[in-house]
Amino acid sequence: MTSSQFPTGIAIAGVYEHPSRFSPNKSEFQIMAECAKGALDDAGLTRQDVDGLFGASMTMGMMGIVDLAEYLDLRPDYLDGTNIGGSSFVAHVNHAASAIHAGLCSTALVLYGSTAASNSMAIGTGGTGASKDPGLAFTAPYGMTTVGSYAMYANLHMKTYGTTSEQLAQIAVTMRHHAGLNPLAKMRAPITVDDVLESRMISRPLHLLDCCIISDGGGAVIVTSLERAKDLRSQPVSLLGCGEAVQHQGVGGSDLLTIAAKQSGSTAMKMAGIKHADIDLAMIYDSFTITVLATLENLGFCEPGDGGDFVGDGGIAIGGLLPVNPDGGGLSSNHPGMRGIFLVIEAVKQLRGECGERQVKDARVALAHGTGGTIGDKHSGATLILGVDR
Amino acid sequence: MTEIDHPSPHASWETRGYWEGAGRGALVLQKCGNCSLVQHRPRGVCAHCLKSADLEHFPASGRGEVYSYTVTEQNQAKGFAEACPYVMAYVTLEEGPRLLTVIVDCDPDVVTIGMPVVAGFVNQERDDREVFAIPVFRPSAT
Repeated sequence: MTSSQFPTGIAIAGVYEHPSRFSPNKSEFQIMAECAKGALDDAGLTRQDVDGLFGASMTMGMMGIVDLAEYLDLRPDYLDGTNIGGSSFVAHVNHAASAIHAGLCSTALVLYGSTAASNSMAIGTGGTGASKDPGLAFTAPYGMTTVGSYAMYANLHMKTYGTTSEQLAQIAVTMRHHAGLNPLAKMRAPITVDDVLESRMISRPLHLLDCCIISDGGGAVIVTSLERAKDLRSQPVSLLGCGEAVQHQGVGGSDLLTIAAKQSGSTAMKMAGIKHADIDLAMIYDSFTITVLATLENLGFCEPGDGGDFVGDGGIAIGGLLPVNPDGGGLSSNHPGMRGIFLVIEAVKQLRGECGERQVKDARVALAHGTGGTIGDKHSGATLILGVDR
Repeated sequence: MTEIDHPSPHASWETRGYWEGAGRGALVLQKCGNCSLVQHRPRGVCAHCLKSADLEHFPASGRGEVYSYTVTEQNQAKGFAEACPYVMAYVTLEEGPRLLTVIVDCDPDVVTIGMPVVAGFVNQERDDREVFAIPVFRPSAT
């Protein structure tokens, strides 16, 4: 238990990103277990130290977190199987921090694993048929797809602010450039704006290369008290602020261009007591190019409508005004269905200065924002602000 | 161009008024007699009063305008794959609520944000005597 004001005194002590992008012979839980081993080794801890278990996946059902505990033969004091989409793991870190702060557990293990690619999962363009899910009853009959939802957001942004396909393409080009610096990234060959614009149209105005890739993969994060983390193997990364939010269609219409990031980002920034200029890099869930632009605007890194200019001219490249996703993001490094955990892992590695060619120089404060669901229909947002002393 | 073969909507007791209304050729919304809230998607209660007592269905005008849209070029779901490219859209109704729909009976290239549209209804074949339909929208005659 910590006696200081939340979230002071909470740290991330270990992280691990599964190196595989295609694992046809592994199960989700096997990938999670391998990630758990990696993160425990990174922290210098053992599985006996884990007393809080957090996890979600694309197939874990109602008792999924209990199944996971059984698979790992763990009997933790605290369980959280919150699944709010791809942002879940960012939210898990927030929840773990509050549980540790309250003294309900001391060492929290957050896990994700997926075989989305080897299962040939059509994540973005696999529409749904007739469904009893009340959440789909009014979308499935109209052919809603994930990419289609984001495309409606993009069209409205273009109409409202004059944002162009070239500006969106620049985001994909920058992510691919970053992926070229990341030996683990799935797609590393450089691309140009023209390559994006000439790639197959999926849902206007979004092309194939405006969409994230589909991979297998997984990751793990260990959250504990800063005091304890200081005695462990890796450099502790402190939690400075966090926030969560949800946005949806309500009773028939909220402003589509205002996403959950506006609310969760504001909460996290106030908690951390920092300004945007204090942030050295941002890990932004990049399911599609438009997601990055929408999130940067809603987090307040630029004014609504200025996102197109912000992402151009190398603004979000390593060495730019605000480096975004130095690992290459979901657009080029990995996207096993729910990407939130990688936002946390890369932020931690960058703050520890372990990123080699893709290292953001002198990174001391990082923001990670996960989006779960679709910004054109309903979604969750979770924001985390992390920092290190240098 | 192949027309969309809409999957049959799943109608619960909370939502069947919408699909039944469409079967009669009416775009049906809910209104709360207590707080005057007009809501879509349909629910068993007024979302603000959290009570069902004053909730009523009423036929909307069926007129609205396109809030945003996308021309879907790829959707692997049955009924839609063959119909690509089709226009999926949000339409803001005269009565206030916005709903997800498709825009039909026009070249996808002519659809614009702000375009006036009017509801039409695609009947669903069922193995009972009920009549359900899917509300869709087409450009208003100018």
